[in-house]
Amino acid sequence: MTPETPSTVTPEVAAPVGRRPAQPPSDTRPPPRQRTPRSPRNLQQMDVVTAVAAAISGVSLSWLIFGVLTNGVGWFGFLVVSFVLFLGIFYVATYDRLGRLAAVDRTITVAVTSGMVVVAIPLILVVSYVVIRGLPALRLGFFAHSQSGVTPTEPATSGGGAHAIVGTIEQVGLALLLSFPLGVSCAIFLNESRSRLRRTVRIFVDAMSGMPSIVSGLFIYATLIIPLAKDSDLFSFNGFMASLALSVTMMPTICRSVEVVLRLVPDGLREAGLALGSSRARVVWSVVLPTAASGLATGAILGIAREAGETAPLLYTAFGYNAMNWNPFKGPQESLPLFIYRFIREPLESSIQRGFAGALVLMLLILLLFGIARALGRDRTKARRRRRFHPIHTLSVALSPARGRA
Amino acid sequence: MTNLTSPAAHGAPSSDGADSGPPTAQIPGVASELRIPELIGGPPPGAATLEAVDACAWFGDHLVLEGVTMVMPAGKVTALIGPSGCGKSTFLRLLNRMHELIPGAAMDGEIRLDGVDIYGNNIRAQQVRTRIGMVFQKPNPFPAMSVRDNVLSGLKLASIKCSDKDALVEVSLMRAGLWREVRERLDQPGGALSGGQQQRLCIARSLAVAPNVLLMDEPCSALDPTSTRRVEETIAELREQVTVVIVTHNMQQANRVSDFCAFFLAGENAPGYVVEQGPTTKMFDSPDDPRTLDYVEGRFG
Repeated sequence: MTPETPSTVTPEVAAPVGRRPAQPPSDTRPPPRQRTPRSPRNLQQMDVVTAVAAAISGVSLSWLIFGVLTNGVGWFGFLVVSFVLFLGIFYVATYDRLGRLAAVDRTITVAVTSGMVVVAIPLILVVSYVVIRGLPALRLGFFAHSQSGVTPTEPATSGGGAHAIVGTIEQVGLALLLSFPLGVSCAIFLNESRSRLRRTVRIFVDAMSGMPSIVSGLFIYATLIIPLAKDSDLFSFNGFMASLALSVTMMPTICRSVEVVLRLVPDGLREAGLALGSSRARVVWSVVLPTAASGLATGAILGIAREAGETAPLLYTAFGYNAMNWNPFKGPQESLPLFIYRFIREPLESSIQRGFAGALVLMLLILLLFGIARALGRDRTKARRRRRFHPIHTLSVALSPARGRA
Repeated sequence: MTNLTSPAAHGAPSSDGADSGPPTAQIPGVASELRIPELIGGPPPGAATLEAVDACAWFGDHLVLEGVTMVMPAGKVTALIGPSGCGKSTFLRLLNRMHELIPGAAMDGEIRLDGVDIYGNNIRAQQVRTRIGMVFQKPNPFPAMSVRDNVLSGLKLASIKCSDKDALVEVSLMRAGLWREVRERLDQPGGALSGGQQQRLCIARSLAVAPNVLLMDEPCSALDPTSTRRVEETIAELREQVTVVIVTHNMQQANRVSDFCAFFLAGENAPGYVVEQGPTTKMFDSPDDPRTLDYVEGRFG
């Protein structure tokens, strides 16, 4: 490495031989040149300035074309032409400044970033619309009261959705209890056994996970509720029937996500277990499942998050109810999707607002579940201390921001 | 009745008295306070002789190993050498019935553990694998378990009871030459150790169930020279207590650690076979077959 800047001095000049003989050689190094750290792949400040300038030029140029010189196009055409002009101008400006290679690189970076923005716009619009419509009607009372005794003419802030929240939690919880063991067993069968039936089972699981969810509601309605409802409360409209219908769609979801996790467990671990004199079943129970434990939790939570938003399977099973019903095994029960579905169809503004408040709560619930799933999923790659099953501890560890930094 | 010899021995004298053995076995060459704690339901104590009689192996229709007949004497280290793809690892996996786990794999011939064919009708593969432990090329400690649980995992997986688990952890780690490095962090996950430590943890895990034979499939190929030396020291300390069969690509290592040596070779599109076998000194100094001399001196392979 030859010094290039004039301020750099060579060792001979800085420390003549014999003048400081006691010093170790490392201290005779020349003072460093002026160093400015740079990352060649990152956008510089100048790039941002160029991009903004190019964007302004692009918009102005298309305004010149459509607003002054021609009769104009619609707003969408204007946007597309502006964007294409912006990319062109940005390319030319960067080419002039940094050359062809950098210009191509920066232009593609900008194009991909704008693609990301375009994809994010609908998401932001949906979420912000629900927040804007739902937030004014959302009071703490929403989590404490039901809709019993609330007349349609009352304002949206009276009453609440506690009965729907309770219903959702009970129905999805029961569905999880039913479908998690089945889904995990099915995933173990698909991944750990050597049966010839695996192909067939996999086709069925794939077909089931692609099934429209209303079919599962109709299935429970036709096979259990119609023939059995007149004789027993258990097989009439209630939360349990809803959780059966949810299980039908939840099981393939859990099975597929757990199978992916099981496939990630290295074969070397299974071989190590077998070489120690273990049976295949024992290896699955004591080696494979503990290794994939956090992945199993992620799979379960993703299953919950998906099922919590299902409306169609509940229409013919839980049926919906305006008052609190704690018992999922008797009588119709409300749930958040049904709550939203029913109120948003009402003609009154207050009812529609109530529906949006329910949608906001449902969104927050699912956001919370996804957050937990991501925290658990990230946990898997970390080497951790010995872990015993302790939900509170696991949760607090998973959610603490400083985890893994130390 | 976990003694492998009992179900299949038709009146033949049982070579090792598992049921009448002493409650603890003292390890030769190790300080006297280091006694292996009593294992209930584990293998019989002591090293065992392993013998292959005309062993062949197939993957599907493809014959990969042909007619291997050799004796791996009790308490000695036997090295299997030869170029890649000549069937050394396949032979090793035949020795504790890991070969049959691969779909489409088949075998013929006999593998005798103290005179009893481990492929006999009344022999369970799990019992065989408890008596014949295995260490793999890539260190594979269980990542969801602590160092301590890794060492004890064999007990859990093979349903063996132990009266003093702490002592067993200490003795096993000591025998694998890892105790001093990890005794402060027995509760840390096994995956947090360095590669060489992980491999010695795997050796400790295999030793914890007190196997009669330990198979090692290139145990040092993923390790740096220092860790390799530690593993070789471990093998030297295990001599006499356990029969060791080791596959290695490193000629110096085979020369250093083994008492007996077998040279495997496979022609093009032909199954592997044993070219020559015998005491290591003879194999390296004055082999009968010129191909053996070429291989051990590094002229091919």
